[in-house]
Order: sequence, then C-alpha cells, then structure tokens
Amino acid sequence: MKPILEVKNISKKFIIDHEQQAYLSLRDKIQSVFSPKRTTEDFWALKDVNFQVERGETIGIIGKNGAGKSTLLKIFSKITPPTSGSIITRGRIASLLEVGTGFHPELSGRENIYLNGSILGMRKKEIDLKFDEIVDFSGVEKFLDTPLKRYSSGMQLRLAFAVAAFLEPEILIIDEVLAVGDAEFQRKCMGQMEEVSRSGRTILFVSHNMAAVSQLCKKTVWLHDGEVKLIGNTFEVVPAYISRITHHDYQKNWTLSNAPGDDEIKLLSCKLVQNNRTIGVIDINQSCEVEIVFSVLKPVKNLICGSSIYTLEGNCITANADWKPNVYEPGIYKRSMLIPARILAEGDFSILVQLVFYDPSKRSVYLPDILTFHAHDSDHPDTVRGLYKEAWPGVVRIGFEWTEPRSIDPNLSAS
Amino acid sequence: MGADFEFEIKPQRKTSLGIQEIMKSRELLYFFTWRDIKVKYKQTVLGFSWAVIQPVMMVIIFTFFFGRNLAVPSEGIPYPLFVYAGLLLWNIFSSGLSNAANSMVTNANIIKKIYFPRLIIPLSAVMVTLFDFLMALLLFIGMMIWYRVSVDPLYFIFSLFFSLFLVTLGTFGLGCLLAALNVKYRDFRYVIPFLVQALLFVTPVIYPVSMIKHAWIKWILALNPMTGAINLFRSSLTGKELDFNVILLSSISAFFFFVIGIYYFRKTEAYFADLA
Repeated sequence: MKPILEVKNISKKFIIDHEQQAYLSLRDKIQSVFSPKRTTEDFWALKDVNFQVERGETIGIIGKNGAGKSTLLKIFSKITPPTSGSIITRGRIASLLEVGTGFHPELSGRENIYLNGSILGMRKKEIDLKFDEIVDFSGVEKFLDTPLKRYSSGMQLRLAFAVAAFLEPEILIIDEVLAVGDAEFQRKCMGQMEEVSRSGRTILFVSHNMAAVSQLCKKTVWLHDGEVKLIGNTFEVVPAYISRITHHDYQKNWTLSNAPGDDEIKLLSCKLVQNNRTIGVIDINQSCEVEIVFSVLKPVKNLICGSSIYTLEGNCITANADWKPNVYEPGIYKRSMLIPARILAEGDFSILVQLVFYDPSKRSVYLPDILTFHAHDSDHPDTVRGLYKEAWPGVVRIGFEWTEPRSIDPNLSAS
Repeated sequence: MGADFEFEIKPQRKTSLGIQEIMKSRELLYFFTWRDIKVKYKQTVLGFSWAVIQPVMMVIIFTFFFGRNLAVPSEGIPYPLFVYAGLLLWNIFSSGLSNAANSMVTNANIIKKIYFPRLIIPLSAVMVTLFDFLMALLLFIGMMIWYRVSVDPLYFIFSLFFSLFLVTLGTFGLGCLLAALNVKYRDFRYVIPFLVQALLFVTPVIYPVSMIKHAWIKWILALNPMTGAINLFRSSLTGKELDFNVILLSSISAFFFFVIGIYYFRKTEAYFADLA
C-alpha cells in the first residue's frame, strides 16, 4: 500500500523585512521603487525536508523553537504553500493548530459547535450525529444556550477540544494542544488521542513534551534549523534529541525586528544568572535567576510573566507565574524569577518563558525550551546530599528541615 | 473511504474559479453567512427590522431634501418609491463592498489556522447583504401596493433578477479585489469608506439617469455597474424606455470587475496566511 503522506523536498522561504512592520503600506512600496536599496533577507524555514508516513502511523515531530515544525504543519494543512517541493496526501486531513478556531463570542455554545465543526471540515449531518457526544465530552451542557463570551476560558477550551476530538479525518495534525488545560482534561485528551490512533488513523503530533511523544508515537522526525536531523524509531530519536545539548543555551537576545511577541509585547532577551554572572552551569546550592527583558509597545495592564522549568524529557518540574495586578506604560522592562537554593537536583533542564494575558486570554510570548542549563551539586556546606558522593535520586532536591532529636518516654512510643 | 483519493500540495498559481471546491464547502458558506447575520443583529432590541429601518430613514431624508426641496424629477412615480428602488440595490453594493473588502482581515485568525476555499469569505460577506435586501424588498413591494403603481409582473421580476445579478456580480468582483489588496496593503481600509461615499454621487440613486445632459458623462456613469442595474430596475416601475447601451456597458463592466477581482484574489490567496 502506498504511504498516506509523502513529503518530497519541501522547502519554504520567508522574506524577512528588516523594517519592523507586519504589513506593507502602499507608500513603502512606492518608496522602494525609487530607492533600490532593499532591506530584505531570505530565510529558509524549511530546507529539503523528506519523509513518508504510513497509514495508521502516529508520528512525532520534535525540534527546538524555530526549527520549522509549525511551518511544516501549516504546509500540511494547506494554509501556506511551500516554496518548492511537494507533499502527496492520500486521505482527508484535519489540523488542530489551535483549538477553537472561528469561535465567536456572541454565539451560543450550541451555535459555536456547529460553526467550529463546519470550519474544521465536518458536514452538518456528522455534527448532528455526534452532537450529544461532543456536549458530553466537553461537560458544558448546562450552558449550551449561553453566549460563549460568558464562558470561562477553561470552558471555552473544553468545548473547543471536544469538537475537534470528534473529527474523523484519516490524517490528524496536532500542535501542542495539550500544553493547555487542567490535568484531568489533559488526561482525557491524551486518552482520546490514543483512541484515535488505535482506530487506525494517522496522527502527526508536534510537541515539546518528550514523554507525550514517547507515549504516543512509534516514529519521530527531529527537525533542526529547517532540516531533518534524524528520523526513525521514537526510542532512538528522542534520546538523541535529549542528549543534543553539548553546549547550553543560557542566554538569548533579540533585536526589536526579530523579537518574539506581538504588537503589544516583544521579548528582547532572557538569560540565566547566578552570582551576577550569566552562566550555563549552575550550582544547585545557591540561588539563581531567570532574567527577562521585554519591550512594552502599547500601554497594557495585568501582564503575566511566567516561567517553568522542564526536564529534557519535557516533564514540567514546576510552573510559575506572577499574577499580581499591574499596569505597564510603553518602555523596556527587566524582571527576574528567583529560583532559591536547594530546589533542583543535578541534571539538565530547560526553561519556558511566557508573557501572557489572562483576561482576555492572549499569549504574546510563549517559548518552550528557550534556555537550557546544567545543574550540578557542589561541595557546598549546605548541600542536601552531605558527604555522600554516589548517585542521589530525584528530579528535585529540596532541603527539607529535620527537627532536632527529642528524647521521649519509651512506654509511650508503643502506642 | 478516500483510500484512492490523492492530493498534491505544491507551490501553486491558481487561475481557475474553483467552483467545485466551493460547492464542496457550501455548508461552510452557509454557516459563515448565518454567523454574520446572526451576530449582526445579536443584542439589538429591534433585531432584523434594522434591515428595513436603515433604508427607510434614508428614503425619508432623501425625499425631504431632494424630492421636496430640490424637486429632483422622479420619472413619473412618487419620489419615495423612486429613491427606494435605487437604495435597495445601492445598499447591496455599499455594504456588500465594505463587508467583502474587510472580510479577509476580520477573519485573519481563521485563515491562519484552517484551510478552506478562501473565496467563501467574501462570498458570504455579500450574501449577508442579500439577506438585508430581501427584508427591504418586502417593504418595497408593500410600498408599490400603497402607491398603486401598476407594473408588468413578468418584466418586473425579470428586471429585478437581472439587476440583482449585475449588482451582485460587480460587488463580489470589486469586493474580492479590494479584499485581496487589503490583506497586503492596509491602506485600502481607509480607501473603502471614502470610495463608497464618493460612488453614491456618481450613481443614479437620488437622481434619474435622464437628468444627465451631456452624453459623454452618461457613458462614464454607465461604466459603473450600478448605473445600468438601477436604471433597468426602475424602468420596470416607470415604464420609460430603456437605454440598452447603458445596460450593455454596465453589464460588461460588472463582468469585467468580476473577472479581474476573482483573478487577482485567486492569484494572491495562497499567501494570505503569511501576510494577514
């Protein structure tokens, strides 16, 4: 049988405009006719990507930020065309690049199920048939006739995923959907995905979570700077990806024109600091800081700075956010998250940085794995392991307090 | 199902209309239209009656200023009916054009996430205005009875459909052209309201075509698809003889806008997601 997807020499070029403008204005166009000096640069998001996916396979796509994963998915879902090369598909594709696409706040939950289902490519009959199941899965039956704008963001998300979960395409493309939602809902989603893959459908799964990729995917493609670095069995590719870190990315800087962010917030730099030094290998017995510098372009309020620490397998050790109400005037700001001493164990870690708004919910900056670092346990007098030098288990190494020994009556201790 | 279905994704330049694809997604077209109608009148006390109130207010204002005070001729029928006949078609054009032209930008979040035939978006924007037209038409027929205007029913229906066809064709074409340009050059956001306002004066909504003295001005006006359409529709009410050259010229120009608009839209649509 022919493979369900054949990716042949796919390349995608973006032209980067060095003026800091999202779209063109006619004046710029006219000006550029008179001044031939061009300030553009070609950027290859994908270069000669080749691979095949067999029917019924669940394939993982992994790689750092900017490795080309999202671009590849956009080409798969026909949202943007490749610059050269082709993909042959032999089945209906549905993509979940972001759940809830096309949700309208003024319409009721019921109406949004139909609208969203239709946008995702379901027939009205199909939606009619699955309507009850969708409502059941989402758990919002009480609010079906309430306008979506009155839903909490969690309810909106559940409804959105519920619609998507009942799509029945032959090829399903999923991008980091599981990064959101509470733990119980995430488990439900993972279960649903496993069911989809068991029913013989093909899934393309993009994630930073190596544990999830290992659990779901037999085969994995590792993209690096737009090229396929490694492709093969997940149990070979994921460890190779995890051990990729020979040098640590403990510092990232951007200029305003290429900085991640949107029209309100741009992240300018982030780095790991210990003892006032930017450093990639930290001592777990001393505190260190994740320092971010960002530019606020428009006055905003209640900006939430968040940063989480991950193991290289993609398991989150701890997620953190600053929820204090705030107001920012345009300008450049520096903030640091303090990681206290005696929290982490030794090993390699990665850091996620995000700048988000809760209400209305918006992710201005969301960068998983943006920094990586190595932590080691020093001969510090306060070290948890003391004088013991052999392997010491645990992902975290917290210095819990022990009470002083107290002498007690031996007769009482029996009860 | 679909085992032998094969599709190739490759760098593309489309010049076909893609009717087949649109037909496949006709449910989505229906849902987009339904969404926009629903949202338009949501949280309004008067609801759908706004589709009628707006043109009626215009009729009252125009009748007072142009019909009464300036005594603009109305080719033998009452001026309110005369101006309403023009406004019926004009409103399809004016709101259809601005809806369609902004449609790609307002739906950018969907375009960036999901693929579907892009033409559906401007098409549904025009269909929403056709809904308003139908509401307003009911009142118009009521007015015809009130004023006891006798028409040849067959000719009335023919002229209504043909003029509706011309207006829709022209509006959709020009709307697609502006929508595609708007994605790339946001200048058009400012051009559109101005364009619509200016066109009202070079379209025989308030005045009859017969009022124009110079022949060459008439030919220039006939290049506007609206001129022919309004002229044709009104002739079924007034019984005045029709200037076929005006109709022909307007039809050609409507068709021209349609072809140019769709051609440019299809040529550039693949890159909307990168630009929007």
